[in-house]
Amino acid sequence: MTETPITESVADEISGTNEASAGSIIGFDASETVLTTESLGVLYGDTSAVEEITIGIPRNRVVAFIGPSGCGKSTLLRAFNRMNDLIPVARVVGHVLYRGKDLYDPDVDPVEVRRRIGMVFQKPNPFPKSIFDNVAFGLRINGYQGSIEERVEKSLQDAALWDEVKHRLRESALGLSGGQQQRLCIARALAVQPEILLMDEPASALDPIATSKIEDLIDELKRDYTIVIVTHNMQQAARVSDYTAFLYLGKLIEYGETDRLFTNPKEERTEQYITGRFG
Amino acid sequence: MDASRGGALAAAGAPPLAFKGQRHRRLTEGAIGVVLFLCGLVSVLTTIGIVVVLIGESLGFFREVGIVEFLTGTRWAPLFADQAFGILPLLNGTLLIAVGASLVALPVGLLSAIYLSEYATMRVRKIVKPILEVLAGIPTVVYGYFALTFVTPILRFFFPETGIFNAASGAIVVGIMIIPMVSSLSEDALSAVPRGLREAAYGLGATKLEVSTRVVVPAALSGIIASFILAISRAIGETMAVTLAAGATPQMTLSFLESVQTMTAYIVQVSLGETPHGTLEYRTIFAVGLVLFLVTLAMNMLSQRVTRRFREVYE
Ligand SMILES: Nc1ncnc2c1ncn2[C@@H]1O[C@H](COP(=O)(O)OP(=O)(O)O)[C@@H](O)[C@H]1O
Ligand SMILES: [Mg+2]
Repeated sequence: MTETPITESVADEISGTNEASAGSIIGFDASETVLTTESLGVLYGDTSAVEEITIGIPRNRVVAFIGPSGCGKSTLLRAFNRMNDLIPVARVVGHVLYRGKDLYDPDVDPVEVRRRIGMVFQKPNPFPKSIFDNVAFGLRINGYQGSIEERVEKSLQDAALWDEVKHRLRESALGLSGGQQQRLCIARALAVQPEILLMDEPASALDPIATSKIEDLIDELKRDYTIVIVTHNMQQAARVSDYTAFLYLGKLIEYGETDRLFTNPKEERTEQYITGRFG
Repeated sequence: MDASRGGALAAAGAPPLAFKGQRHRRLTEGAIGVVLFLCGLVSVLTTIGIVVVLIGESLGFFREVGIVEFLTGTRWAPLFADQAFGILPLLNGTLLIAVGASLVALPVGLLSAIYLSEYATMRVRKIVKPILEVLAGIPTVVYGYFALTFVTPILRFFFPETGIFNAASGAIVVGIMIIPMVSSLSEDALSAVPRGLREAAYGLGATKLEVSTRVVVPAALSGIIASFILAISRAIGETMAVTLAAGATPQMTLSFLESVQTMTAYIVQVSLGETPHGTLEYRTIFAVGLVLFLVTLAMNMLSQRVTRRFREVYE
């Protein structure tokens, strides 16, 4: 195959060098990235959903994945914390390096991966338990040693939900509004103190007000977490992310600083997509 | 009305329809409605008929035997010279079988449901589910002989004091008989738990066991309990196997190794015996039948209530 090495053009753009050397895949210095993929691909049966993805996720930044529906955004995101393991026909090739360790090495326990790399899903999915028990769930199963009460309160505060629910912690989480449920799911993910938070279209099922609350929250959270967010909403990507990756038909077309990518895309297909000429 | 030019809407000035077929649809839909209504009517009338007969004949019985004596007496001997009409020994026998069967069926049924819904691969599920269905389709009389010729000898080997007829043997085969009911209804409840809940738990670093026991089972609990209640109610109504395995000795006992008589087994005994119709002895089966009916009705209503609560969960 004679593909244009995307990696190099992005490296060029971000770090000003033309070399994608071992230490600086897609241009970030190894010390800046928490997660790096190398020729990552995911297949469902014999059908490839994403392929040849090489991308670095910088620490304490928000990275957005954009692209038309079905281009493989969710599949790629779920490869980062081995959620695809749960789909029997899914198969992963290539590498996902977390602090230099390949998450798909045989000695890596996917359960531990998911504790370190948390996930928030498209549809709010609180457990049919109390608000408190939802947030405490991850702490309990992981045998948290400290005070569960304190950690629950802290997580709800970090998810900007505490004031709305502090008087009803024992009530069912299913009584909350959609937006509150999604912030509860974020609090639940934060409780186990992951290093990376993966968000798969976290606001697509919410109304505009709830959506803007989630977007504000993401801005707050990047101080302590590294966030990868999938969105099909380009305005949202532009608002919340520092870096944006454009995927199309399972391939990484372009990756770079969000401002630059939206104002001055290098690839023609990126430009076509962000100007709404397809997708 | 002339349907070929359209219906009431056409009459009101709407343009004619592009294609016909209105008249046919109305006719067949009407006919289907009538047929379905008649089918429904048959089962409603049957139920009413059963209740009327049960209550009518029971009234005749209770004119001669006091209701208090019937419900609190601890000796049941309507066919002996020294008659006694206390139903407690029959309730005792029924309860013993139901409890014993539950001890077998509820854990095994629930665990196999969890296995099928959460652990089994597609291929295993495809093999195991039909086997469970076969288990459910075996005639109950076969279970009775299985109890007598297989289960009882094993019990007697380990506990020599076991009677030829004993509650344990009946309870075990009834338990096996209702496993498919527990497992298939519980599996439905477990499979109905949204995938998103499982993913949420996995995403927090839960193991498969934690996902199953701490998220999926609690979320499906009402459905699981409903399956338990229905299965127990089936065990209470089970007749053939317990008649063969547990015998016909109405007595107050908590020992599984002795012979007991259940309400159903008693009804069989009298129905097949020489008791003349219209006598007090004969009417006992309607009084016992009424109690049996009320018990299973109450349990089915309970399970419906539980199931209704279950539906509210994901709304
Ligand atoms: N569980 C699955 N089994 C088979 N194919 C799947 C599965 N999930 C997704 N796919 C396919 O993989 C491709 C990428 O899907 P997805 O990652 O969900 O895209 P996106 O999130 O960008 O909309 C699509 O063609 C989709 O049909
Ligand atoms: Mg998606």
